[in-house]
Amino acid sequence: MKRTITCTINGKRKELTVDVRQSLLEVLREQAGLISVKQGCAVGECGACTVLIDNVPIDSCLYLAVWADGRSIRTVEGESRDGKLSRVQQAFVEAGAVQCGICTPGFVMAATAFVEKHRGRKVTRPDIRPGLAGNLCRCTGYDSIITAVQKSLDEGDEP
Amino acid sequence: MFNIESYRKAGSVAEAVRLLRENPLARLIAGGTDVLVKLRKNQEGFHHLVDIHDIAELKCITRTADGDLVIGAGSCFTAVAESPLIRRYVPVLAQAVRTIGGPQVRNMATIGGNLCNGVPSADSAPPLLALNAVLTIEGGAGPRQMPLEDFFQGPGRVALEQHEVLTAISVARDNYAGYYGHYDKYAMRAAMDIATIGCAAVCRLEDGRLQDLRLAFATAAPVPIRCKATEDRVRGRRISPELLDDIARAVTKDLQPRTSWRATKEFRLQIIATLAHRGVRQAILEAGGSIA
Ligand code: FES
Ligand code: FES
Repeated sequence: MKRTITCTINGKRKELTVDVRQSLLEVLREQAGLISVKQGCAVGECGACTVLIDNVPIDSCLYLAVWADGRSIRTVEGESRDGKLSRVQQAFVEAGAVQCGICTPGFVMAATAFVEKHRGRKVTRPDIRPGLAGNLCRCTGYDSIITAVQKSLDEGDEP
Repeated sequence: MFNIESYRKAGSVAEAVRLLRENPLARLIAGGTDVLVKLRKNQEGFHHLVDIHDIAELKCITRTADGDLVIGAGSCFTAVAESPLIRRYVPVLAQAVRTIGGPQVRNMATIGGNLCNGVPSADSAPPLLALNAVLTIEGGAGPRQMPLEDFFQGPGRVALEQHEVLTAISVARDNYAGYYGHYDKYAMRAAMDIATIGCAAVCRLEDGRLQDLRLAFATAAPVPIRCKATEDRVRGRRISPELLDDIARAVTKDLQPRTSWRATKEFRLQIIATLAHRGVRQAILEAGGSIA
């Protein structure tokens, strides 16, 4: 049950042969080598597998790989530029929002989408929480993650 | 890999109907957040799929010249919650779908899928029931229409034939113009949780009277359900704190909550009364009423 799909992954056009039974998570990890995409629950509860499709966050464990045809996918591997971390990644480091790290790539992508969507708007900590409600973290207690998102938003005006 | 035995992608609603007719074992997949979870568990009945994920005609949210709202069944919850038409004319629906899952799930899951699953806990159902929503269903012989209320037949059972596709959900202008509503959900967690009880209240006021009330619940009966006896009982009555108490007492007789691992029947009855009271109160305040 193979199909050929064409998509953009982290800015690069790719042609992939995928099985219709595969999730996007499986294809990204096994065929594209993007192992930042983690499988936690595999049923849409934890967000560890979050990637952006056309800049919208989705759970790649519940997304058929064939659906990515013609779309643009972003994972954490593509977020840094010339060895420089993205604003959101840098904020996670500075806020100490990473402990064991298994949830981090998913969180960074969900946070990136949230920051891009809310840039220029006034956002409070209670606004950020529901924006990240699709991601679970067993280590940090979330506070440092919320701080990281707030930092990324506050620094939103800088070049 | 998901245990999918056959997979056909439909380019249009007409093609989806044809593909469903070709394989009596096939069923639809749209957003995937329910079907793929069931496949993950290898649940029977989901191994043959007709894919309507990318059908553009199912994703439109429009308002007709007469002012009726038409929501494509394939619209994801984020699209519904952020639609300027929904927010302006039926904000109670936007409020309800925002309580579903987290952002990722809302970006994938569709409003039509939520209804077609027929689960008692569907958050989109109470506001749509309270808005007297009507469904458009395509089965190859031209579209048929059905009130949402008649669609729910039992837990997990809806009035949709194997070869049919729910294409749109409509709310007629008369059913929302002049009405104000509120959705409230009680769940164990504030996010990513299934409703222990969900309650939508929609009302119209006139001269300090509750001219019309439509009250609907999720997870309070085998299917999402309206509280018709309560509605009839209070229609036209003067707004007062006693009226709210009366509604809170009456609704429990319209519903049949049951005990599950999530909550006991007694606990649910308590929550039902509280949410009815709070929901109607909020709807009245939204409508500009005051509760002396
Ligand atoms: S692995 Fe996808 S949501 Fe948990
Ligand atoms: S840092 Fe360990 S799960 Fe989040």
